[in-house]
Amino acid sequence: MASLLEVRELSTTFQTASGLVRAVDGVSWSIEPGETVALVGESGCGKSVSALSVMRLVSEPAGRIESGEILYQGRDLLKLSEEQMRGVRGREIAMIFQEPMTSLNPVLTIGRQVTEGLEIHMGMTPLKAQARALELLGMVGISDPERRLAQYPHHFSGGMRQRMMIAMALACNPSLILADEPTTALDVTIQAQILELLRDLSRRLGVAMLIITHNLGVVARYADRVNVMYAGRIIERASAAELYANPRHPYTLGLLRSVPRLDEPRRGRLVPIEGQPPDLTRLPPGCAFTPRCAYRVERCEREAPALAPAGGAEHVSACWESARLVQERAA
Amino acid sequence: MSDALLEVDNLVKHFSIGGGFGGGQAAQVRAVDGVSFTIRRGETLGLVGESGCGKTTTGRCILQLERPTSGRIVFEGVDLTTLGHDALRAVRRRVQVIFQDPYSSLNPRMTIGQILAEPLVVHGIVREKAARAARVQELLFQVGLQPQHARRYPHQLSGGQRQRVGIARALAMEPALIVCDEPVSALDVSIQAQIINLLEDLQSRLGLTYLFIAHDLSVVRHISDRVAVMYLGKIVEITDRQRLYEEPLHPYTRALLSAVPIPDPALEARRERTVLRGEVPSLLNPPPGCVFHPRCPIAVDRCSAEIPPLREIRPGHSAACHLA
Repeated sequence: MASLLEVRELSTTFQTASGLVRAVDGVSWSIEPGETVALVGESGCGKSVSALSVMRLVSEPAGRIESGEILYQGRDLLKLSEEQMRGVRGREIAMIFQEPMTSLNPVLTIGRQVTEGLEIHMGMTPLKAQARALELLGMVGISDPERRLAQYPHHFSGGMRQRMMIAMALACNPSLILADEPTTALDVTIQAQILELLRDLSRRLGVAMLIITHNLGVVARYADRVNVMYAGRIIERASAAELYANPRHPYTLGLLRSVPRLDEPRRGRLVPIEGQPPDLTRLPPGCAFTPRCAYRVERCEREAPALAPAGGAEHVSACWESARLVQERAA
Repeated sequence: MSDALLEVDNLVKHFSIGGGFGGGQAAQVRAVDGVSFTIRRGETLGLVGESGCGKTTTGRCILQLERPTSGRIVFEGVDLTTLGHDALRAVRRRVQVIFQDPYSSLNPRMTIGQILAEPLVVHGIVREKAARAARVQELLFQVGLQPQHARRYPHQLSGGQRQRVGIARALAMEPALIVCDEPVSALDVSIQAQIINLLEDLQSRLGLTYLFIAHDLSVVRHISDRVAVMYLGKIVEITDRQRLYEEPLHPYTRALLSAVPIPDPALEARRERTVLRGEVPSLLNPPPGCVFHPRCPIAVDRCSAEIPPLREIRPGHSAACHLA
């Protein structure tokens, strides 16, 4: 079966005061219909820019999609006209952002913000759109929907706003939702509510989802497959179960080791990843993780490793020393 | 308790909002509503809770950045709430703070060296210029920065390095107590562990005492000796680290722990999860009885009528729940 979305060799750059930044640097990944895929990594690794590139929302002229293909149901989104693209955004692929307040219009009622998309994309009459909006609010667990639709975003709590964003994302029955840190701004108990809601809805409606996050726990609970990004590149990809059980890249291993875990006895000392995050304007010619890597060899500084099969089925890692890492972990 | 460095006794902080010039009644926000705890010398007390629970306001009252509405804050035997401006100045040296966002708490126009030297001048700790420069170098070394960082500006450092500067600035005053308000939540995962290790090293080397305010329960468990859980201005449970995580008594604590996803898909697939209904109620109009009862999975009639006091259920383990 063809992938729902296939990103091939995507490169997106930004012109900044301190030089050209390759925010996304020749990255390929895909999502199958109904699947939940995670892009995980730390700030500046290119995970959000990847999603914005898919939506063609990279802010020009500073930002530019340099090359690559973004195949959605076989069509290259990068070749569409702006008008054709407007038919894709919201209608076929919807996006949920970290801070719902900045993506809601403060001077329009919640109801208007939901019905607008329905009228434009689905050609609904105002009456029909209103009925659909009520149904959507019920779906995302907002009680008293009629009163809520007449309210403005500032009447809503953070959790309720995010429910609203989910309702708006689902409005036109998209087949893919890109969720960029959907719960990072929320409290722990509300985070759990929103994530469970997203998962239930995506399963029930068969919507595929891309979850972008830095939270390894969220990935473990909600993703089928995981792409780990570092400095604009994917450095490891596997099923969630495989990635956590057998990490094959020193960065993934380092991330997993550095977080304290509630399910394990308390450790005496945490094992951090040493050094600083990479300066994206001055990346080394080889692997960007080299300066912080415990497994580095001389070759790493000169030559960037490509993603290559590393053990299990569909498990790939971009590391020259991934075999040694596996051996040492087994020993 | 003789070894108590800090004793917070029935701390209350209300803020007035609205009302004012045009008349009308001002509403009272009960940000902190009768909070008591002690921190022993050399100990780390974790203070956890969600936004609006009053954990930061509690910290700000201890720092005397807010004047409490009532209650006592006894530090090294002196009630800070009774002190005047001058006496407080001396105490402020001994109680320092590390903020969440080091970038907004560092002056962008000063070099790191100037930032670290400033408190030494203001408080007259090191009067000679050469000695001050030496002290700045020593502080940089203590937090794992290089001597050349003294000449840099905050924007030239990474987030983790800036937080190291924030820690060095707190250390400059040779404090006994440091209020750490979400010191790692703005940092990347790979850097968080570096800063936590640094805080632990400094504590054992310098005999520091920490009040560690955070919302990340895994981090709090790692660094704290004892943990207090706050909800809507009140402490709902307080005990030592191990018991809180192994045998939580309050249903809110249990829900918080179960809401944290664990980085292990196999475990997550098996894990039962209690997802709390509803949201945190408004501080302007807190529910009657137990403030948690509208969301509580085990609430009974009594919970909506009667406020449960924080009581010791077993030695060293207190909870504010009728059913504990």
